[in-house]
Amino acid sequence: MTVYLIPLLIAGGLISCGVYLLLSRNLTRMLLGLLLVSNAVSLLLLTIGGPSGNPPVRGRTSGQEAATADPLAQALILTAIVITMGVASFVLALIYRSYRLTTEEDVTNDPEDTRVAELSDAEATWIDDDRGGTIAHPDTEAPDELDALPGSEGSR
Amino acid sequence: MNVLMPLPVLIPLAGAALTLFAGRRRRLQRAVALVSLAGVLAVSVALLVHTDRRGTQALHIGGWGPTEAGLGPLGITLVVDRLAALMLVVSAIVLLAVVFYAIGQGIRDGDERQPVSIFLPTYLVLSAGVCIAFLAGDLFNLFVGFEVLLAASFVLLTLGATKDRVRAGISYVMVSMVSSVIFLIGLSLIYAATGTLNMAELSVRLPEVPTGTRGALFAVLLVAFGIKAAVFPLSSWLPDSYPTASAPVTAVFAGLLTKVGVYAIIRAHSLLFSDGGMDSVLLVAALLTMLVGILGAIAQNDIKRLLSFTLVSHIGYMVFGIALSSSLGMSGAIYYVAHHIVVQTTLFLVVGLIERQAGASTLRRLGGLAAASPLLAFAFFVPALNLGGIPPFSGFIGKVALLEAGTEDGSVLAWLLVGGSVLTSLLTLYVVMRVWSNAFWRARADAPEGDLADVAPSALIDQSDDADDISFSDRGDVGRMPPGMLVPTMALAAVGLALTVAAGPIFGYCDRAADEVLDPGRYVAAVLGDPA
Repeated sequence: MTVYLIPLLIAGGLISCGVYLLLSRNLTRMLLGLLLVSNAVSLLLLTIGGPSGNPPVRGRTSGQEAATADPLAQALILTAIVITMGVASFVLALIYRSYRLTTEEDVTNDPEDTRVAELSDAEATWIDDDRGGTIAHPDTEAPDELDALPGSEGSR
Repeated sequence: MNVLMPLPVLIPLAGAALTLFAGRRRRLQRAVALVSLAGVLAVSVALLVHTDRRGTQALHIGGWGPTEAGLGPLGITLVVDRLAALMLVVSAIVLLAVVFYAIGQGIRDGDERQPVSIFLPTYLVLSAGVCIAFLAGDLFNLFVGFEVLLAASFVLLTLGATKDRVRAGISYVMVSMVSSVIFLIGLSLIYAATGTLNMAELSVRLPEVPTGTRGALFAVLLVAFGIKAAVFPLSSWLPDSYPTASAPVTAVFAGLLTKVGVYAIIRAHSLLFSDGGMDSVLLVAALLTMLVGILGAIAQNDIKRLLSFTLVSHIGYMVFGIALSSSLGMSGAIYYVAHHIVVQTTLFLVVGLIERQAGASTLRRLGGLAAASPLLAFAFFVPALNLGGIPPFSGFIGKVALLEAGTEDGSVLAWLLVGGSVLTSLLTLYVVMRVWSNAFWRARADAPEGDLADVAPSALIDQSDDADDISFSDRGDVGRMPPGMLVPTMALAAVGLALTVAAGPIFGYCDRAADEVLDPGRYVAAVLGDPA
């Protein structure tokens, strides 16, 4: 049995680059990482479909090929590509929206989570009765808050 | 009857298209959504009755059935057995109740002012995705079902695109997509090892694969499903993202999306990899999920976050039942899934009512609700005790079954799990009673920030982001709870009680479903045809 090593190596390389990018807090890098990883998986699917061969259409041949290529793997790849494309465009929209709201591209921590994590022992004991700890309300004086809502364009 | 099988998918998809066309006619849009989800419920009940009488049914879409003896079909296969039918019925009930609630909330908040309403179409697509996942007879179709429901859930989670929701949405999208990619890697490896993705054929072929390879394949799938089901250590995304969405969205996510992951784990565990190779790993994961989840819930002040942590914690019970690989454990897990879908959804709907009534969802600000609204107190109290596992509620019945299965198993790990389950159950009771005594029992004046309130409860779409606080007394008149929100909540609470009242027949059904799930031969025979 022959294994085509090069596509597998490329897929592995793409996945490692993609994981590295996904671990970043920068949104664009995360999107690029996602795209790299999903491309790598498409390549993996193509490889596991077996060696190249005749097109899987009745009566068609390609060169001197003896066997027929596996059409199922290609169908799977097509579906995966379409899904990734849809999600990627949604993520792009989210990134743009996030940038409009915060003028940064980094994803931030959950404020409530941070607040719970910072509770001191004494506060945690008297979690219900303590009047001292104040909730840190995130400052949300973003300028274009409503502009991207449908119907509110040009409100300013 | 097999004609009915694609309908739980087709009806919501057609409904989604119609609601988009009727985007400007609100009444028509609502009617279409309600009718299509009621239709899904009716079809699911019919399927449940039919499969309970006749056993597992399979439908090959387009007639692309098995090609030759022993070889699986290449096309899309839908399979419904007792487990899938039960999941369909419970999901349809929850989806219908939540859409009622959402419509009631939309009317109350004046969503008519929105130029385009995308909530209902997206919600219907989500319903279709959930149904595809339950009906899928091959792994790739399961993947597509996951993607459909995930894509819809991305939109629902970020409705209105406010700062909080965008922040939560980004991490949710990224985590979900990583889990999908891992699932796809698992798919391609399984295809490479066996040459098929049809679950029935895989059930026959996978035992021929060397043990080590099979364990690796199962591990990849478990990681993918574990992220979706929020099993520790893959669960931290859930309390981070769910609480920011509006009440009906959080409720339906909490009820259904994680359970789809649990359903996928059941299928992978008992149909594809039925030799129990990962059972001890799953048991340890179940124990940690229970304990870490409930300890997280104790630390929370916000009720939505608190409930999200109990959600994670109780996933552990289901994984516990699955990993025991015994008939009693599996039927306990199936009953627990049904119970938990209903109860968790009800509690999140109640939180939506609390927000509306009291202007906050954090315990620092709540108080005196039992006096202010006895009806709301009742609506919270019953599902809360149910979640805590007080007899005679359904949570108790499910837990007793799981504990019995654990003692029956008798290994050290199983006994550890039994102890962990009891502890988690007690802590759950402590957590919900903390909510009760703070939010409902004490006077509002005793709450640390009881004099403050949020400007507006988190609306379905148009949420104001500059959430400046106002004084509680300056708050506009909240009026009575809108019946459109109250009635579905009470109805779901009643369904939760019905799980107790009709526990005998339902548990009998779960036993039959578990026997069917643990005997892959019947599933294989239904899809591939009898070997005889």
